[in-house]
Amino acid sequence: MVAIVDYGVGNLFSLRCSLEYIGQECVVTGGAHLLSEADNIILPGVGAFGDAADKLRAKGLDALLRELAGAGKPLLGICLGMQLLFERSLEYGSHQGLGLLPGEIVPLAQDVGDPSCRVPQIGWNTLEPTDIGAACPLLERVQPGDCVYYVHSYYLPKSEVTAAWSGYGKAKVSGIVQRKNVMGTQFHPEKSGKVGLEILRAFCGQ
Amino acid sequence: MLTKRIIPCLDIRDGRVVKGVKFEGIQDVTDPVDAAAFYNAQGADELVFYDITATHENRGLFVDLLRKVASQVFIPLTVGGGINSLDDFERVLSCGADKVSVNSGAIKDPGLIEAAAKKYGDQCVVLSMDVKRVDGEFRLFSAGGRIDTGIDALEWAYKGQESGAGELVVNSIDTDGVRGGFDIELLCAMRAVSTLPIIASGGAGTKEHFLELFEQVDVDAGLAASIFHFKELLIPDLKEYLNENGIEVRMLK
Repeated sequence: MVAIVDYGVGNLFSLRCSLEYIGQECVVTGGAHLLSEADNIILPGVGAFGDAADKLRAKGLDALLRELAGAGKPLLGICLGMQLLFERSLEYGSHQGLGLLPGEIVPLAQDVGDPSCRVPQIGWNTLEPTDIGAACPLLERVQPGDCVYYVHSYYLPKSEVTAAWSGYGKAKVSGIVQRKNVMGTQFHPEKSGKVGLEILRAFCGQ
Repeated sequence: MLTKRIIPCLDIRDGRVVKGVKFEGIQDVTDPVDAAAFYNAQGADELVFYDITATHENRGLFVDLLRKVASQVFIPLTVGGGINSLDDFERVLSCGADKVSVNSGAIKDPGLIEAAAKKYGDQCVVLSMDVKRVDGEFRLFSAGGRIDTGIDALEWAYKGQESGAGELVVNSIDTDGVRGGFDIELLCAMRAVSTLPIIASGGAGTKEHFLELFEQVDVDAGLAASIFHFKELLIPDLKEYLNENGIEVRMLK
């Protein structure tokens, strides 16, 4: 069973539907017991980083997610959920994340360097796998040139945990990040058509 | 690189697709879920559902169908029509819409865009405009293009961006239904006053019109209804043509 972390951030309707569509049993929960029992955990999120991080902490979910991820449970952060896996974000100040992955989330606007690349980035962009991407389970069924759907204003510049990235102006946006059992997608797999469903299937071990 | 988006628009009344829609292999041509699945398989990058239900009572049918579409089609869904309040945003967002398009609702209540952007984020709020040339200026029309508001459309687009809209749909009444090509002049004028992503609407008749659009104006997407519904232009053919001509689009494998 997959647990989708419910911490009062964002709309989980489409994510839940996409998991049901691929035949994956799932539960939307903020409960420690269910999260501990789940085989895999998805951390979703839209909105502002600071607000979301505060909500996770207020419910004690930050410590729990660190503990479960530390014990090897597969964890997938989506969009803001991916950003929360990192040490900090510079969205409206400086905010601490879960620190499960090394790195800092920065404004996209400062790095695109091209007026025709507007912020937020909204739309379909191609995924380019990196060297570590070759071994990333999420990329198993992704083909060269496959596109995924992004909506975001902040990003992780391509780093040592980037398994696949997308070019936006001069910015190299981390699209998929991974270190061992901790994974994330900046784009929305639940809105990325067939490619996105394959990525969710791969995460669920299907 | 970010690809240019091709977006079919479906008009919905009382929970069904209206206007003649001809889909190969689909018997019931008026079922929105089948239509959405068809366009998804064809490689549409996003779908717009426009609710033209006249009565308040039948609005429930729209959210029912939205829920059905969102549970089977996993691409971005934009919803418009009858969006006048934050409650209307909530109603469609909780049923699987990703973006909400506001038109007359923003004219009636100029605070709506700002309130919605604060609550749901800029990326969620699409300002849709029906524009027509009147006395040498681009004028904003309301009520489905029937009423001249007297508002300068370029000024309105600028204000919409300031209020927190995340995207613009620019529909030209002058070119709509004529199938003579998009309104390049209007779209260039919009581009000059706004840094938001622009979805061009009104006038598409051929694949060359889409190429002309993307070559001549820095817009992000082209939207059309009848040429897709009547299969005069198939999205895979359109995308292949654009791709061959150097326009980056999402190709299905």
